[in-house]
Amino acid sequence: MRPSDDTLAGYNFAYLDEQTKRMIRRAILKAVAIPGYQVPFAGREMPLPYGWGTGGIQVTAAVIGPDDTLKVIDQGADDTTNAVSIRRFFATVANVATTEKTTEATVIQTRHRIPEKPLTEDQILVYQVPIPEPLRWMEARETETRKMHALEDYGVMHVKLYEDIAHLGRIATSYDYPVKVNGRYVMAPSPIPKFDNPKMDRMPALQLFGAGREKRIYAVPPYTRVESLDFEDHPFEVQTWDHACALCGSTESYLDEVVMDDQGGRMFVCSDTDFCGERQAAQAREAAE
Amino acid sequence: MYVAVKGGERAIDNAHRLLDHERRGDTAVPDLSLAQIREQMTLAVDRVMTEGSLYDRDLAALAIKQARGDLMEAIFLLRAYRTTLPRLAVSEPVDTARMTVRRRISATFKDLPGGQVLGPTFDYTHRLLDFRLAAEADEPPPAPARGEPRQDETVPRVTDLLNHEGLIEREVPADHVPVGDITREPLTFPAGRDVRLQTLARGDEGWLLGLAYSTQRGYGKTHPFAGEIRMGEVAVEIVPEELGFAIDIGDVTVTECQMINQFKGSKAAPPQFTRGYGLTFGHGERKAMAMALVDRSLRAADLGEDLVAPAQDQEFVLSHCDNVEASGFVQHLKLPHYVDFQGELVTVRAMRQDHDKRREAADAAE
Repeated sequence: MRPSDDTLAGYNFAYLDEQTKRMIRRAILKAVAIPGYQVPFAGREMPLPYGWGTGGIQVTAAVIGPDDTLKVIDQGADDTTNAVSIRRFFATVANVATTEKTTEATVIQTRHRIPEKPLTEDQILVYQVPIPEPLRWMEARETETRKMHALEDYGVMHVKLYEDIAHLGRIATSYDYPVKVNGRYVMAPSPIPKFDNPKMDRMPALQLFGAGREKRIYAVPPYTRVESLDFEDHPFEVQTWDHACALCGSTESYLDEVVMDDQGGRMFVCSDTDFCGERQAAQAREAAE
Repeated sequence: MYVAVKGGERAIDNAHRLLDHERRGDTAVPDLSLAQIREQMTLAVDRVMTEGSLYDRDLAALAIKQARGDLMEAIFLLRAYRTTLPRLAVSEPVDTARMTVRRRISATFKDLPGGQVLGPTFDYTHRLLDFRLAAEADEPPPAPARGEPRQDETVPRVTDLLNHEGLIEREVPADHVPVGDITREPLTFPAGRDVRLQTLARGDEGWLLGLAYSTQRGYGKTHPFAGEIRMGEVAVEIVPEELGFAIDIGDVTVTECQMINQFKGSKAAPPQFTRGYGLTFGHGERKAMAMALVDRSLRAADLGEDLVAPAQDQEFVLSHCDNVEASGFVQHLKLPHYVDFQGELVTVRAMRQDHDKRREAADAAE
């Protein structure tokens, strides 16, 4: 998609004023310096609702420049309504080029997925985060959880995972699965499926996390160790399917289940639409040759 | 087919067009003007300005029109606009003792300097639908003559009167401590009273009303009296750096509530009355009173009282009182979650398989 000639009248480049961007960049720098640590920042009201990606949007607005190419995905797809809405927002207020191709993007804002195609050093992955605190379900109070992080007191998290195994025979967390970053901070990877957790480990791209409503930013710098919490006798596992993608035949991507009828008919397709589309295009080319 | 979840671009465009259409309603009915909203939906405008944290009656009216009368949506519109405005100056503290009072009542004294002024209030109306308003022309009789204009005359606050006797805790101005600013710094806990009051001031009226009510029903009782409620115009002053003295940049209408609460005293402090404070833009009495009750409840920790009720819990009250945040996060559940749900499906199916196997094994063993 080609950018139009001008940005939205009356608003600064990428919506936020420069002072706000500077404030956010400072928070990002601190977050990069302390991988996995949640940096409080003075989140602004955005013209999109809280819970719909305001944290990610603010981070993107702070790091994006006129020469960047932006990709926005929600559930792995570029054409889900909220991804469309956010992409349009930046096309309007920042006049940047947008793309649906993972390889072409310099900044990728995502909700709930990491693209299947490995990212590179030239890319920034911006996550939208609803609840940045991995310990929140065990301890509701921010004053307490901040203390627990400071003291590296993560016993409750291990107890929770252990109780899952004791009660259910397995760790029942399937998304937003807690990770330990650089051997220090336990971090919420945002509600990506645990399938995506291994992609975070030593990723060449910079990973930034923005929680607008909770006013927190955190980061995983390139090539940083990210381990999913587990036990020696219950090692971390990702989801697997008995099916291949019905459209591209992939057996190594994350699949969405689509209900076809009311008779129990199901179809499994890649959640990453760009990945799936490229594979289908390649297959079509091969068939034509 | 699979495309059901696709095609976001066109769907959004069409949704926006439909929305415009629904907002306008029957075109045989004249279009609602902003002036009409500003002049005849004044209390809606007041609420939107208060919780939207922006004093501009015209923009609030526009927001209400655009939001089809959904006040929370209008508040959100105003907030989102407000963030983009430059900060030109910070005003001096507003002096409500010098308010041009349009309404002023005290429940604690029968009469007092400055008098009781009932003003425009629903309080003693009988809530009977007035079918005269359904008739075409609504031309009320001329407003009653006001009493002596109180401009430039100080109407002492009830709490100041009690202060002379030392019966009420002193409100100590902390000149050397900079006042917090929740629009520039994230809320952190424990929050000081300045930050608490700012958060409550833009907090949702319904949330505060419910919490305030809970304190009256025994969940953290504060023994409140409505010391004073006043509504009227106050001057806003700024001190430009190049001048070095205060200049008046205009008036705003505000409602202020000072609650007076019983306090049995502690080892350090003698028995005396304590305060709860509420302030809103425009005429927002219900909100100001609720805010004052909740403000007092949140002081429980500072005053060494037992923390037993939700309304006394800073993190609980302040983290959840913003309706722009709350509305957004509750409604984000409308967004697709099928990736996460797929993860849950896989997990639940696997757990059910384990469960079946265990039961079969148990049955076989019997």
